[in-house]
Amino acid sequence: MSEGTLYDKVWDRHKVTALPTGQDQLFVGLHLVHEVTSPQAFGMLRERDQEVAFPKRTHATVDHIVPTGNRDRPYRDEAAENMMAELEENVRGSGIDFSDPDSGDQGIVHVIGPEQGLTQPGMTIVCGDSHTSTHGAFGALAFGIGTSQIRDVLATGCIAMEKQKVRKIEVTGELGEGVTAKDVILTIIGKLGTDGGVGYVYEYAGEAIEDLGMEGRMSICNMSIEGGARAGYVNPDETTYEWLAETDAFADDPEEFERLKPYWESIRTDDDAEYDDVVTIDGSAIEPTVTWGTTPGQTAGITEPIPDPDDLPEEDRDTARRAQKHMRVDPGDTMEGYDIDVAFLGSCTNARLKDLREAAAFVEGREVDDDVRAMVVPGSQRVRDAAEAEGLDEIFKQAGFDWREPGCSMCLGMNDDQLVGDEASASSSNRNFVGRQGSKDGRTVLMSPIMVAAAAVTGEVTDVREMEEVATV
Amino acid sequence: MSSPEFSAGEAPAEKVTEVTGTGIPVRGNDIDTDQIIPARFMKVVTFDGLGQFSFFDQRFDDDDNEKDHPFNEEQYQGANVLVVNANFGCGSSREHAPQALMRWGIDAVVGESFAEIFAGNCLALGIPTVTADQEEIEALQDYVEANPDAEVDIDVAAETITYGDTVVDATVHDAQRKALVEGVWDTTALMGANESAVRETARSLPYVPAEHIPEDEA
Repeated sequence: MSEGTLYDKVWDRHKVTALPTGQDQLFVGLHLVHEVTSPQAFGMLRERDQEVAFPKRTHATVDHIVPTGNRDRPYRDEAAENMMAELEENVRGSGIDFSDPDSGDQGIVHVIGPEQGLTQPGMTIVCGDSHTSTHGAFGALAFGIGTSQIRDVLATGCIAMEKQKVRKIEVTGELGEGVTAKDVILTIIGKLGTDGGVGYVYEYAGEAIEDLGMEGRMSICNMSIEGGARAGYVNPDETTYEWLAETDAFADDPEEFERLKPYWESIRTDDDAEYDDVVTIDGSAIEPTVTWGTTPGQTAGITEPIPDPDDLPEEDRDTARRAQKHMRVDPGDTMEGYDIDVAFLGSCTNARLKDLREAAAFVEGREVDDDVRAMVVPGSQRVRDAAEAEGLDEIFKQAGFDWREPGCSMCLGMNDDQLVGDEASASSSNRNFVGRQGSKDGRTVLMSPIMVAAAAVTGEVTDVREMEEVATV
Repeated sequence: MSSPEFSAGEAPAEKVTEVTGTGIPVRGNDIDTDQIIPARFMKVVTFDGLGQFSFFDQRFDDDDNEKDHPFNEEQYQGANVLVVNANFGCGSSREHAPQALMRWGIDAVVGESFAEIFAGNCLALGIPTVTADQEEIEALQDYVEANPDAEVDIDVAAETITYGDTVVDATVHDAQRKALVEGVWDTTALMGANESAVRETARSLPYVPAEHIPEDEA
């Protein structure tokens, strides 16, 4: 069993009691709510004649179904309008703060929590969304839950959980040029597998992780779940504190910042902590990395050959064969040069200001390939506003990108933003499952934002290191 | 906040000690929640009617013609024990996935391994997720294919799967087994009984302002 890790400490601080099931009852410090997984939970609460126990520890936004084009109410899609109306009624009736589109604060739930300072170190954070692991970047214990568990949290402010093991993933060395946090996490999942993290929480550490800004740490923690780990975290440090100091929570209240800082420091993993497992990865050897298949674990460096299924462990062969057939790729080839039809820059993994800035630096002065439709979907209204203040929107639009309103968009195709037929997409999102982007014949290649920018311009999967940055931003 | 309808210690949910019925095999590793229920069917505010969309894109082509899939096959229409392979239910946290399967008729899932959030979501619905070795699962899938009308019995308490003359040593995760067998899988009721301890924990956390904690009831 682990001892002295951030996970152990945050768990202990939030443990209410042991339950007869053998699980622990944990207090939830922040419950984030969106429109897709919450309505049934509010319904269950009404059936039991119960109220929301901790409305002030709860925050809502709308992201999955919200249109990213015309957002006039009622929404043109009746089902989307119904879901939005239901959410409005549920949260307003319960006294829950709601970052709705009129507030100027709306966005993907895992973008708005950190940017508003709702997400803080040493918290337990849950949301009915598997990418809640994102918030672990701040040293929070954050994980996705199902709708019945949302009901638990609404009704009791708590969650029933079993303690898991802790695996430290140490990424050593410096990342090379053109290599980003996204490439690191795709490499980790490629090595450990999509179920390698089942039963574990991942602690990301090492020089390459410490060197990352908060955006990069969020991209990595975000995809913990794609490796099977329900939560992942990075210990809070000066980088974390610099981000926090500028958020709504502390910008006007430096005293509160100083008051909480000792707590944040206290939950950091001890130097002599014990882990259940430790994995070391050489960060300097990581290349720009993309997926060749239909799980986020089917990855290859851009110069690496796509594996022959016969060379893989037996349990992976069948999945690999089906994936290669779906993607129409052949073993031995690299993914470089793979034709794409769509470039999607967005999602809770990679739609923050830094992601857009870096992509814009490769797009400026260039044009999107004639055969590609390209779109940028900023992660939140604040990201969008900040990007526009820097002129990033003009760079993208002049190059031929569609500049859209914030939401989950083509990451999962619950609004109009979808692949059509067998289109292939270069996507900065997190899942390449068959059907994920709205078309069951659609093909998704996951990659970093700068790799998406490069692919948009060339019309094919491209090694961004061979392109010159034209940055003036 | 109203009080739960039972006192602490009372079993607040139905006991699930055994599931008996016929099986349905769905083969393949890493079957994700987008396959179990595509996102476009989640634009709903209740879980009612989700059963018909289970595995929809695997079952129907673009023109809504049926494709080969066990969920379409006549001989499995009354089945309630789903037999799957490794890492079943990976991907999103959508409870719509087990809800769809439950509403289609599934009462228990047997497989090589399960994604954690999916298994947790199943437990919240009283659906056991039972694991066994790869060879044993494949043998069970073969058996069910050859004998779609034969009974498969899952004993949650004893951790066995019985079919024909075969008894398989299976695993039901400790907390899950206890919750199902003792009928304590309704965690809302279970945790609701500890209101004052919850407030005490909240008060001990430096980041929770006093005004965010509801007052103790007199």
